[in-house]
Amino acid sequence: MSHRNDLESARERLSRSRGREFWRSLEELSGDPAFQDLLHREFPRHASEWEEGLDRRRFLQLAAASLALAGLSACTRQPLEAIVPYVKLPEEIVPGRPRFFATAATLGGYATGLLVESHEGRPTKIEGNPDHPASLGATDVFAQALVLGLYDPDRSQLLLELGEIRTWNAFVQRLQAALRAQQSQGGAGIRILTGTVTSPTLGDQVRSLVTRFPKARWHQYEASGRDNVRLGARLAFGESIETRYDFSRADVVLSLDADVLIASPGSLRYARDFADRRRVRGGQARMSRLYMIETSPTATGTLADHRLAIRSVRVPRLAVALVAELGVGGTSGSPERLADDEARFISSAAADLRGHAGRGIVVAGDQAPAAVHALVHAINDRLGNAGSTVLHSAPVEVEPVDQVASIRELVEDMRAGRVDLLAIIGGNPVFDAPADLGFTEALLKVPLRLRLGLEEDETSEYCHWHIPEAHTLETWTDARAYDGTVTLMQPLIEPLYAGKSAHELLSAFLDDPPRTGREILRDYWRTTAKAADFESFWRLSLHDGMVPGTALPPKAATPEPGAAARALAAIRQAGATERADDDGLLELNFRPDPTIHDGRFANNGWLQELPKPLSKMTWDNAAYIGPAAAGRLGIASGDVVEIEVEGRKVIAPAWILPGHPDGAATVHFGYGRRKCGRVGAGIGFDAYALRTTGALWSHPGAAIRRTGGRQVLACTQEHFSMEGRDLVRVGTLAAYKDDPEFARKMGEAPPKDSTLYPGFKYEGHAWGVAIDLSACTGCNACVVACVAENNIPVVGKDQVRRGREMHWLRIDRYYEGGPEAADAHHQPVMCMQCEQAPCEVVCPVGATSHSSEGLNDMVYNRCVGTRYCSNNCPYKVRRFNFLQYSDETTPVLKLGRNPDVTVRSRGVMEKCTYCVQRINGARITAEKEERPIKDGEIQTACQQACPTQAIVFGDINDKDSRVSRLKAEPLNYGLLEQLNTRPRTTYLAKLRNPNPDLERG
Amino acid sequence: MSQIFHRSTNTLSRVSIYAAVFVLAGLSWVLMALDRSPYTTRQGIVLKQPVPFSHEHHVAGLGLDCRYCHTSVETSRFAGIPPTATCMNCHKLIWADSDMLEPVRASLRDDRPIVWTRVNDLPDFAYFDHSIHVAKGVGCVSCHGRVDEMPLMRQEAPLQMEWCLQCHRHPETRVRPRAEVFNPKWETPDQASLGPRLVREYGIRSALDLTSCSTCHR
Repeated sequence: MSHRNDLESARERLSRSRGREFWRSLEELSGDPAFQDLLHREFPRHASEWEEGLDRRRFLQLAAASLALAGLSACTRQPLEAIVPYVKLPEEIVPGRPRFFATAATLGGYATGLLVESHEGRPTKIEGNPDHPASLGATDVFAQALVLGLYDPDRSQLLLELGEIRTWNAFVQRLQAALRAQQSQGGAGIRILTGTVTSPTLGDQVRSLVTRFPKARWHQYEASGRDNVRLGARLAFGESIETRYDFSRADVVLSLDADVLIASPGSLRYARDFADRRRVRGGQARMSRLYMIETSPTATGTLADHRLAIRSVRVPRLAVALVAELGVGGTSGSPERLADDEARFISSAAADLRGHAGRGIVVAGDQAPAAVHALVHAINDRLGNAGSTVLHSAPVEVEPVDQVASIRELVEDMRAGRVDLLAIIGGNPVFDAPADLGFTEALLKVPLRLRLGLEEDETSEYCHWHIPEAHTLETWTDARAYDGTVTLMQPLIEPLYAGKSAHELLSAFLDDPPRTGREILRDYWRTTAKAADFESFWRLSLHDGMVPGTALPPKAATPEPGAAARALAAIRQAGATERADDDGLLELNFRPDPTIHDGRFANNGWLQELPKPLSKMTWDNAAYIGPAAAGRLGIASGDVVEIEVEGRKVIAPAWILPGHPDGAATVHFGYGRRKCGRVGAGIGFDAYALRTTGALWSHPGAAIRRTGGRQVLACTQEHFSMEGRDLVRVGTLAAYKDDPEFARKMGEAPPKDSTLYPGFKYEGHAWGVAIDLSACTGCNACVVACVAENNIPVVGKDQVRRGREMHWLRIDRYYEGGPEAADAHHQPVMCMQCEQAPCEVVCPVGATSHSSEGLNDMVYNRCVGTRYCSNNCPYKVRRFNFLQYSDETTPVLKLGRNPDVTVRSRGVMEKCTYCVQRINGARITAEKEERPIKDGEIQTACQQACPTQAIVFGDINDKDSRVSRLKAEPLNYGLLEQLNTRPRTTYLAKLRNPNPDLERG
Repeated sequence: MSQIFHRSTNTLSRVSIYAAVFVLAGLSWVLMALDRSPYTTRQGIVLKQPVPFSHEHHVAGLGLDCRYCHTSVETSRFAGIPPTATCMNCHKLIWADSDMLEPVRASLRDDRPIVWTRVNDLPDFAYFDHSIHVAKGVGCVSCHGRVDEMPLMRQEAPLQMEWCLQCHRHPETRVRPRAEVFNPKWETPDQASLGPRLVREYGIRSALDLTSCSTCHR
């Protein structure tokens, strides 16, 4: 495929088109015949065909067999089932009614408050804790997928010493013996390696350890770490300072390569506050503005009003230019040489920030150099943002350290033979430590290596002892959120495989006999909380999911004089060693994977099958490059390339990502796991192999060469395409002010009476959904929430490639503009629950029919799998079980299923039900209490998970309901309304608020 | 050339074509009858249980209320099967040495639940909620029959969808005052006027609502 020609034809087509043009993939844009073919099919080619040729005899055999099976299988008697009561019914359990417990999940140490649904002691679904400041009821994809992680059949189940099964007591004895040997030398040979720790209790334990063994050392390393943030704060303030943001007060936001709304400690809260400032309702036409400078397309960038895609090496330059433009104190020197678009971007953003001093935020990404963070602190301080929208406090972490330095020091000690006992608690350093350190080789010099891990992974392989770790949902622990709020995390279930927590492992170092996790936590808080009545303190904290009054108070922090100058000097110095631009090399950016993070979620099928927010790739990572660079290198999507960085090489598939900065490529680390469970091992390529301490986030000179091979990637971006006009409607705030109805005028809705069928009357409730496209960040939380709530199976890469993914809710991603500067828009699409549903009339067996409240009910036990409904659905939202996707045999997986939703089997069509189990549940509760269902009482799973409240469900017969009010907004439009399907799901057109100065130029 | 078939074949073929209609109709009838027969539905069949528990004795004889054992019937979709501890409330004193009750004592002793065989077993794709039926005035005996007259528990109703729909289409034929829900002996001579009144009073939804597929299937 000659991609270059295709792109040229695409550009030509775009230049000819009038008005706005939206596209989903480069193939669509270029009018690739293969795409046209795909478009006209319900499922991609071969999705519904036999693998190999079918001869007449085989056909007749199968026809006869299916007739016999179809006829006879309906005649089986229902098997006898057992009913097993409790011996003693635990207090507060009502069989058949779920209970909710407050706890938290951590990622990179930072906590998000959760409410976990438990059915008779089995956690089945994660929700956000509405009272928790970092959640406000929302969750991210990782928290949603915790349930599958808990019930993962591949989890480590045994305590092993060199592969032999041992007991916990045997381990404790062995450890105590080793510790006795250390006692005389003050523990000089003891090393503990953890991830980032915010748990006050764990911090206390480590401190006790260091008290008992004064020479023992604690190291922290997180592959997707925030060293630059920590070092930047140190550079600016001379001490460790935590910075958090208040987006609810921000009028102008400038992000220097920060995916702040998706991937930062407070991102759920930030996204909510940010979206609240951009909801245009009832003629209130005011929005905040987001300037995004990014080096690899991010989901945050898709919300930007102005996006500038540049190479990482330019980020410090632009920060310097911004500092100069804003005249931040003590900064002088020669002006930066900027490209025209960069200069205009910076000057407009700077003017905007200056115009909104004290009501703006400048934020730098985790991967931006420390000096950039220091400059950003200086800017926020100068503009008066600090203390208003940018809040400083004492650090959330127990002990903020430079983690790369920390692990380097550990490796040096190991190599020098100074380490006798290393306990690796969590993490997976053998896999994810920087490649140049030689961690594994040094590790082998340690005489006693202990490992606490959720799975037997690469690191366990190199350790003497592997101790199964208790899952988050099995553990007593605590953690702090982005603002310092402490959650006492309570287990939902006894450890399934006798796993131990980090506390219990450390207790084996400290206490004889070791204490249980609960005792450790209670003992710590009994002394710390100093509550008059500890028992009430304990119960209240557990119940609320927060320890009252633990949020860290904001404190004034002023950058040290000269900090900005030092940062500038550091940037200049780094710039002096910059390589020339024209050597044919590309800059290589390293980022954590959007769905499996640093690799820890690799064995989670829900996350593997989740399409990545921008590329829509599943089950793989790829080397992403921009269309221009791909054209120069002659690379097409799916080409296998060799990436070489300083002599280190990996083989990876390439993928052309519209909007990716030119001259750079991005790889996501986390894939290429060599040893984890059945799901995650051996897929993707290992980008850690290229990642070194000197270039953790970005390497300026990587060689990318085609190998001539091709790799099939399971990318869903073209699946279920709807051919039609104006599916996603986007306008500017200015256009809205001119004509609030602009979105509605982009399509035509036929009058209500133009139908041959008699209409349904909806006398009671009429359920509907409104989705605000301005708020959707494409974060995917709704998709995983839907999977968890509705028992949606994982189908695997091969099936996804055939377009057989089962997600009831998909997020369509559209591009606008040319391939290089493409702006992306997200559109969540689930069943529209049409009032005039094309699917209902074609079902020969009445398996899909209209409910009295307007739902297109899907009755699995009636469905015979003709797939006519799916053929006739213009929205492509029906999913067919081509094979037996639901695992009905693995016992542990059964524990995690939602008992209120049928587990579908092969040959059955399924689709979004608006979470009818939740509707029925709320209705039954309301009717028993003899009151109407309150607006907001029913939340669909997707709505509940959404960080920005983009999805609103409710009764459209109730004119005062939130959903009715949204549907009355002038921005409201229906998808493919011209077909007269009268969809119950409608959209609010996406509004952007571009700066007129930049727009004009 | 001689005839291959005898002349009588004509008659025979006419008769067999005619008969085929009856045979097919008969076969369909047999299949439908089989589908509704107790063989398929287990209606009226007593299943083997670890302990021969008598509802007749406990309900009619001793006068226990249904909710003494089925505690969650008013609050949950599941009526609740009593935990062993509930049985032992009385049986640690009464019949404390009975051989028949050994499985119950063993359960408490070993902390292992008693495994009963489900008698009224709806298919897994039907989502039935006890609490709302009780709240809307559907008596226990309306579905479970006169358990106070059953020495050993059996399934009273066929529990097939057509049976459920009889009531979902015409709830007025079955509802009773809420106060009488747990009274197995309650009867009224005047369901025709009481029924519609209770349907209004209890806010029982219309037949259209109650027969929407998602009312029971999801």
